[in-house]
Amino acid sequence: MSTSGTGATMANQFPLLKTEVKAQSASALASADAKMSVDSLDAYYGKRLAVDKVTMPFREKLITAIIGPSGCGKTTLLRTLNRMNDSIPGFRVEGKVLLDGEDIYHSKSDVISLRRRVGMVFQQPNPFPKSIFDNVAFGMRINGLVKDHSALVERVEQALRHAALWDVVKDRLQKSAMMLSGGEQQRLCIARALAVQPEVLLMDEPASALDPISTAKIEELMVELKKDYTIVIVTHNMQQAARVSDFTAFLLNGHLIECCPTPQLFTTPGDPRTEAYITGRFG
Amino acid sequence: MSTLARPITPLEATDIRHRRITDAIIEKIIYASALVSITIIFLIFLFVGKEALPVFTSAQVHQEVTLQKMILPQNYGSPEAPVHYMWQPVSQVPKYSLMPLLLGTLKVTLMAMLFATPLSVLAAIYCTEFAPRWVREIVKPAIELLAGIPSVVLGFFALIVLASWIQKLFDFDYRLNAVNAGIALGLAVIPVMFTIMEDALTAVPRKQRDAARALGATPWQTAWQVVLPSALPGVLAGFILGFGRAMGETMIVLMASGNAAITSWSFTESVRTISATIAAELAEVVFGSPHYHVLFFLGTLLFAITFVLNWLGTRIVNRLRRQLSGAVV
Amino acid sequence: MKLRLMDKTFVGLTGLAVLIILALLFTILGNIVANGWTRISWEFLSGNPREGMTEGGIFPAIFGTALLVLLMSIFVVPLGVLVAIYFSEYANRTSMLYRWSRSAVDNLAGVPSIVFGLFGLGFFVQWVGRGVDKVFFGGHLAFGQPALIWAALTMAVLTLPVVIVSVEEALRAVPQSFREASYALGATKSQTIFRVVLPDAVSGVLTGGILAVSRGAGEVAPILFVGAAYFLPHLPSKLNDQFMELGYHIFVLTTQSPDVEATKPLLYATVLVLLGLTFLLNVVAIVVRARLRVLSGAAR
Repeated sequence: MSTSGTGATMANQFPLLKTEVKAQSASALASADAKMSVDSLDAYYGKRLAVDKVTMPFREKLITAIIGPSGCGKTTLLRTLNRMNDSIPGFRVEGKVLLDGEDIYHSKSDVISLRRRVGMVFQQPNPFPKSIFDNVAFGMRINGLVKDHSALVERVEQALRHAALWDVVKDRLQKSAMMLSGGEQQRLCIARALAVQPEVLLMDEPASALDPISTAKIEELMVELKKDYTIVIVTHNMQQAARVSDFTAFLLNGHLIECCPTPQLFTTPGDPRTEAYITGRFG
Repeated sequence: MSTLARPITPLEATDIRHRRITDAIIEKIIYASALVSITIIFLIFLFVGKEALPVFTSAQVHQEVTLQKMILPQNYGSPEAPVHYMWQPVSQVPKYSLMPLLLGTLKVTLMAMLFATPLSVLAAIYCTEFAPRWVREIVKPAIELLAGIPSVVLGFFALIVLASWIQKLFDFDYRLNAVNAGIALGLAVIPVMFTIMEDALTAVPRKQRDAARALGATPWQTAWQVVLPSALPGVLAGFILGFGRAMGETMIVLMASGNAAITSWSFTESVRTISATIAAELAEVVFGSPHYHVLFFLGTLLFAITFVLNWLGTRIVNRLRRQLSGAVV
Repeated sequence: MKLRLMDKTFVGLTGLAVLIILALLFTILGNIVANGWTRISWEFLSGNPREGMTEGGIFPAIFGTALLVLLMSIFVVPLGVLVAIYFSEYANRTSMLYRWSRSAVDNLAGVPSIVFGLFGLGFFVQWVGRGVDKVFFGGHLAFGQPALIWAALTMAVLTLPVVIVSVEEALRAVPQSFREASYALGATKSQTIFRVVLPDAVSGVLTGGILAVSRGAGEVAPILFVGAAYFLPHLPSKLNDQFMELGYHIFVLTTQSPDVEATKPLLYATVLVLLGLTFLLNVVAIVVRARLRVLSGAAR
């Protein structure tokens, strides 16, 4: 790890960084495949260009963070990965978004199966006003994924365990999900998304509505989850990005300024604008 | 924190095409239901108008009644005491003048609006501008309660109770008359008007009231000179819609107005409205007879008038809204 | 000083208006309750009319009314829900279909009730009924006459706007985040609507249904010549039977009874029953709406 002036300060601010970098060498990171990628992606709301010629990979079974000031297009970019912007009138896309090498915006591509493979967790926890069990089972039911009830019960338990929520709710699965605290609700939403066994998990500022303790739990969870899932997270919390992610991309006014391994971006950013942002000169 | 205890087994998705087809079918059904609603209103136009058409086209009907006979003064009665407008379809010489019916409808509706409008406007102003909260909590449910009274019950009340009270007070010639029916009709129309007017008054932004008060206006002055003019589109809409409701009401007038087709401007005589005529006579009319077609013609007329009133009301509201929002820059 | 006095007077006038309305309301209710409740008894509610409607009970009218609104609900609630779903979830505001159907529903709400009666007669009885007779009964008169089914359908058309308004309002109150979460899990639009949105809007469906039933029980003009009858020896058992009905019963009893004084007690009691029924339904609708709102997503 470099030890320039800014670097030393950064490293002290982000203690987790040191241990992460020790565990992964730069070459290991570089050899990871791109599970998803965007290629020269433009995204328009009507006439307004929100994402401008962005090209970047999202590496398999790693966490990629997208940071940037408000309105820079990071949420738009995230939502193009599971075509959630399709329902917005006037939205269109140019360029390619690839999942395992195939363009998801291709006319023959099926958006329903896409969303099963690429799941999403939202900024505000949004469990359905149903029981905890029905929330987690929802995705499996509507996709017709599980044939019999006992298998369904097993999968629900599995998903809740993955989301580190099983011990909390195992005795009250039939109670309403609205009874849970904010942090628990968000983990429920994660469990709900995991239940359909996606390959990629998109997280849009997943902890911004939560208290610090719940946030820490979610971050721990993310690091665990990346063993099995490719994760893309949008966050305005730079410390969070530095804590959990392997790669970080910095977006500004719809442009990708730079994208590189996280320790590198936070200690020796290539672009002066990146440095200005992460040192808090604007944002 | 538990790690993955069991390996993930891959799940298989059912045929996605199956789901998409179901989705498309359901969407078509929903669009079809919207079409059904349009069809219904067209069917009403069609089937009510269809039975009215022979009034214009059938020679057989014309032997008994024509449009002219319905509108222009005729020479009924005797040469010494001619009666120009008379509605008496069931008689040796069938008489089909619309004038008594039109006059009757007008009298009852006007009476109802005369009674209901000031009450509704003033009550709405009170509730939005002056009333303490607890009063509003009582009035809102009370108005809903009033709205929930079936018109047949109001007609019953007017016939059995109200008419006697009015007689005691004024001793009119006829116990059942336009005043009696008009008051009961007004009661039926108050909830509609009150609700719309109250919404319109509440929608006036607080800033306007504050500005007026800051300039030294009293509560009443604020209400009368600032809030009410601002809310005028809504108040007017309430009036027009109330008018339409009053015109179309059947049971109250059928029971409480005396049902005598008299041509006069007196409010204290019995009247016959268009709606009551249809209701009273359709039960005994011969299917396919000229009388039958004329009754459907009356229905079409009533439908057309209330339709125009509804359309007019909406139009005025929209135009005044544009003016108002344009003036307040 | 004078200004203050004038001001207070005008304010007082508006308050007086409220008082007058409340007074009239309570006078009517009070009069009916006072004169009617003495006759209310189990025999009254469950027995048949006797002695030319001066004695006995009104059970057939209650039964007929209940059957009418039940049949009506079967038609109007599903259709109303579907149209409300269209307005809330599918419609494109600028499309012709939306503007025309919105306009159609608004106009439907303003049609005079007697015109519905004409429609019921001219369309359902004469056209559909006669058609059914020709096709299924070889020309014999079975459905081409005033019948329960036609009255129910006429009432369904009349109360359709009531259901649509209530359901649409509840659908719109469902937070958008639920829909997003459902789509993100791979649900189709119809799955999202029927598994997430509509269940959360069930209060609107119930409220709309109850208010429709209340309207249906109270309106008389539409069924005057489409199926209601004054005295029938049997209870209706087939769809093409005629039926006795509370509102119609009141109307006939009030206006055509040979001895009004003799029937007055029974009459008042019948009015009280109808009033109580519609009042109860409205209160239930309000309570249902309030209670379920708290539990649904709209409360967040």
